[in-house]
Amino acid sequence: MAVLLIAEHNNKELRPFTLNAATAASQIDSDVHAVIIGQNSADAAKQLSELPVVKKVLSVEGAHYENFTAENFSPVIVKLAENYSHIVCSANTFGKNLMPRIAAHLDTSQVSDIIKVISPDTFLRPIYAGNAFATIKSNDAKKCVTIRPTSFDPCESTGGSAPIEKVDASEEFSNTKFIKREEIKSDRPELGTARIVVSGGRGMQSGDNFKLITEIADKLGAAIGASRAAVDAGYISNDHQVGQTGKVVVPDLYIAVGISGAIQHLAGMKESKVIVAINKDGEAPIFSVADYGLEADLFEALPQFMEELNKLNTIQK
Amino acid sequence: MKILVAVKRVIDYNVQIRVKEDGTGVVTDNVKMSTNPPDDNAIEEAVKIKEAGKATEVVAVTVGEEKAQETVRKALAVGADKGIHVKVDGILEPLAVSKILQKIVDKEKPDLVFMGKQAIDDDCNQTGQMLSALLNWPQATFASKIDVKDNKLEVTREIDEGLETIEINVPAIVTCDLRLNEPRYASLPNIMKAKKKPIEEIVASDLGVNVSPRLEQLKVEEPPKRKAGIKVANVAELVQKLKNEAKVI
Repeated sequence: MAVLLIAEHNNKELRPFTLNAATAASQIDSDVHAVIIGQNSADAAKQLSELPVVKKVLSVEGAHYENFTAENFSPVIVKLAENYSHIVCSANTFGKNLMPRIAAHLDTSQVSDIIKVISPDTFLRPIYAGNAFATIKSNDAKKCVTIRPTSFDPCESTGGSAPIEKVDASEEFSNTKFIKREEIKSDRPELGTARIVVSGGRGMQSGDNFKLITEIADKLGAAIGASRAAVDAGYISNDHQVGQTGKVVVPDLYIAVGISGAIQHLAGMKESKVIVAINKDGEAPIFSVADYGLEADLFEALPQFMEELNKLNTIQK
Repeated sequence: MKILVAVKRVIDYNVQIRVKEDGTGVVTDNVKMSTNPPDDNAIEEAVKIKEAGKATEVVAVTVGEEKAQETVRKALAVGADKGIHVKVDGILEPLAVSKILQKIVDKEKPDLVFMGKQAIDDDCNQTGQMLSALLNWPQATFASKIDVKDNKLEVTREIDEGLETIEINVPAIVTCDLRLNEPRYASLPNIMKAKKKPIEEIVASDLGVNVSPRLEQLKVEEPPKRKAGIKVANVAELVQKLKNEAKVI
């Protein structure tokens, strides 16, 4: 049986992690179908049909799907699941919210946040904030799997031409009502997919001081991250949080500034290719994962860092 | 309004866990255990709602081995009225826990069920959503703000793009984020008082739920270690290394 991928989108276009989830789905079985549920999401459905790994697109339209409410999405997917061996989506807040609801309806024990497909029924996943890796075999007839997007490369996005089939909408779940979404718009790259991330922690001491980080991020074309301590303190909004209960990032370069490096923060960034730590406490645990550590007062180091960057003839973007 | 709060006993968040040499799991003997951190937020929120006069009773429930009862006792010490301990040994998957909680909901008839958004041991992030599916109740996951309005809740959820606000009708499930509130510490007098509060003990098998695992944990291993890095003397050296050695900028 084929694998059913749940597309994540914003009704206009696919969200980037759908491509990573598609790669994971295609590693489970080459026969990947993708379902897209939304309102006026035809453009996103077309985009989905162009992914070469997707063999068929199922499109479900309805006004009650506009805001991706799990209570509305799950009945459609549960019904479609009859014809599939696996249901797959990203382990971001969209998939984390939705998949367990589907799994419970299917009476399936979900496998969350996998980082590797070992075989169609066996997966590798981090536990204890990434301090251990567990190899898990699922014995359920239908498998519900969420994938850690940063552990799978995005699939090709063009060249495919899968047929798009309409599927009937399910009834609206009336006990949940969407009120509003406050998205923080930014011209910077998305934190989850950025090539470089510059993150600040409690050591930044205030929200204002984050401008030292913003300046460097803009110069490097980087996304801005933060430790939970910095978000809790109100220095920066929650969508910037990196760690066990925030986002997992795997950039080419991660610069941790004024972050001590609690286990929970390391869980979100320690797979980064190159890690830089700037901290005045030479004993801070962040140095144990850093390729380049600089023991210095960040309020002196960051302006100097900016100066040094300004001296460079070229900066990779 | 009655609030049921589910709490889980896990290895303390400050402990650097160790993987067992035989690959069967992580070392838990003589390791400090405590309540799963966001479950503390769930208890705190329920108690706050009761203190604000919007709830009449807070019941704390845990599912697990003998010692899991400590987490219920702690919940009682910070303001829960009564405890339930569903006893079961061995590995429990979120699906099994949600089925047990469904039985407890049938019995206790709460209007709201709160719990942490994820447990910091298995990092599954499933139980609340699964329970909500089994009950066909609305779910508000990753809650960082809850407003109780008559028979509705307005909940702010932390999502990848920022914040989302939804309104859910009671009965409902809420899974709590660490930013929901600041959990209080239990005072000594309250710890003493909590010892007198009732904890009902239920054997899982009496609930008629099949809790046998569906997943096989074939192996638990240490993640690959990062190679030790170097300390640089100054910012100029750092930028030079990033440019010419790591070639990332």
